[in-house]
Amino acid sequence: MTTLALRMVQRNALVYRRVWRGSVFSNFLQPTLFLIAIGVGLGSMIDGGGAALPGGVGFLQFLGPGLLAAAAMQTASFESSYPILGKITWHRNYEAISATPMCVADIVLGELAWMAIRLTTVAVAFAAVLMAFGIPRSMLTLLAIPAAVLTGLAFSAPIMAWAATLKNSANFNVIFRFGITPLFLFSGVFFPVTRMPQWTQRAAWLTPLFHGVELVRGLTLGSLESPAWMIHVSYLAAMLAIGTLAALRTFRRRLLS
Amino acid sequence: MPLSTNGNPLIHARGLTKRFDQFTAVDGIDFDVHAGEAFGFLGPNGAGKTSTMRMIGCASPVTAGELEVLGMSPRTHASRIKARLGVVPQMDNLDSEITVRENLLMYARYFDISSDTAKRKAGELLEFVELSERGEAQVESLSGGMRRRLTIARALINDPDLILLDEPTTGLDPQARHVVWDRLYQLKRRGATLLLTTHYMDEAERLCDRLVVMDKAKIVAEGSPRALIEHYSTREVLELRFAGETSALANIVALLIGVAERVEELPDRIQLYTTDGERALQQVHALGLPLESAVVRRSTLEDVFLRITGRGLVE
Repeated sequence: MTTLALRMVQRNALVYRRVWRGSVFSNFLQPTLFLIAIGVGLGSMIDGGGAALPGGVGFLQFLGPGLLAAAAMQTASFESSYPILGKITWHRNYEAISATPMCVADIVLGELAWMAIRLTTVAVAFAAVLMAFGIPRSMLTLLAIPAAVLTGLAFSAPIMAWAATLKNSANFNVIFRFGITPLFLFSGVFFPVTRMPQWTQRAAWLTPLFHGVELVRGLTLGSLESPAWMIHVSYLAAMLAIGTLAALRTFRRRLLS
Repeated sequence: MPLSTNGNPLIHARGLTKRFDQFTAVDGIDFDVHAGEAFGFLGPNGAGKTSTMRMIGCASPVTAGELEVLGMSPRTHASRIKARLGVVPQMDNLDSEITVRENLLMYARYFDISSDTAKRKAGELLEFVELSERGEAQVESLSGGMRRRLTIARALINDPDLILLDEPTTGLDPQARHVVWDRLYQLKRRGATLLLTTHYMDEAERLCDRLVVMDKAKIVAEGSPRALIEHYSTREVLELRFAGETSALANIVALLIGVAERVEELPDRIQLYTTDGERALQQVHALGLPLESAVVRRSTLEDVFLRITGRGLVE
């Protein structure tokens, strides 16, 4: 990797400058609406219903950090699919960039670096909303921001790698319908996975969002336990590393034919 | 822009080959391109022109053979080669999400050109391609000809030693083509080295000092436009159309042999290849044939091209 990878970040920032206002607004609005409707609204019917949540926290406290991790996943998944394929096929940006001293690694690592910046803006806005709702119980909440970014990147790299192998965007629906949506619903964002049958609990341990949710929630509520957090971080870091290697391979194959 | 290369060619290819699985796109071609030259690849669609260009531009790995660009191998020095190339691809790949000027500024950043230099260069280049007034416009609002000019300006942002143009005027209307030709001609006069592919004969005749004709992945002829015409055609061509049934043309052809160096029968006309079209026409008149129309024209690269690659349609 050379400093040229930063040029990819610069290019994306130049484009983003035009849309950032609307984007920042929705970064705040989305979590606020979710927390009011589900956290406060639905939560008021759940709390006091007898079924205690881990650590004895209220439903709003439980839900908030879970949604933060899920938001990172959703942003990363979307931004790593259509826009990346667009730059390969429809707008041919990468073809133009490849004709300069920039190499494939500069492009891939630059895109991931930009993704990290985008995810940081989403996570910071989300964390601010969590604070406004008085959810955090620990100073470690600040670490929930990089944890959410890591969660997003763990999705971004493999999806980018996959996007570079596609001819058209039809397949993206498959991953959103059968991948992202079930993960969103069953990874412990809305209810503890311990509420599910034994085998689904084990399955949850194999899915990336579960680790992201546990990590972000643990940091926000100060309930993180020692061996568990290392597993969460390792899992997410491994997905990022493997996804990055795969993306370098698929991008090279696609852009240098 | 003239470049000192101690007489070494800017591009040196021997046995250059590109294969995609079973398909051979470029089949062992040899050529050299020298500094200050405008060198053309002429050929029908699918002849291997674009594949050759992509290998030179380090966008496609060489399957076999030797290739040196600016004295370096694309395999080991792609970034260093690309730093000194200007590439105008067949299909526009401008950044449609930023403005015309930003396209040049951002491209300069990919070459690590300082932003002061980039600003100055962008201004000069927009002037050169006559887009100064459109600097702040969105790329989407440009016509096809304007986009092409912007793509050419973008390819010049790094003061390239070698400019690769893949079908630079395909898809443009006649006015836009002439503007592009004019800009390329100016670059040539300044001493730039141009490498272009085209299937337009007039473009090749106008711009190229030297060219190779490619057909079915191989080089089938090489030389200056004039030398190729001399070698593969005659100075003039007399085109004759006759009244009556076209089936009678075969009989007429028999009578015309001897009038010209070569006689070619086409579905609607007969072409006589000769050094002196007017004299041949007088002889045709003397034969008393039912002539409907006759045109004497200069031989062009098109005659050469069709002679070499045949008249069959390439799909």
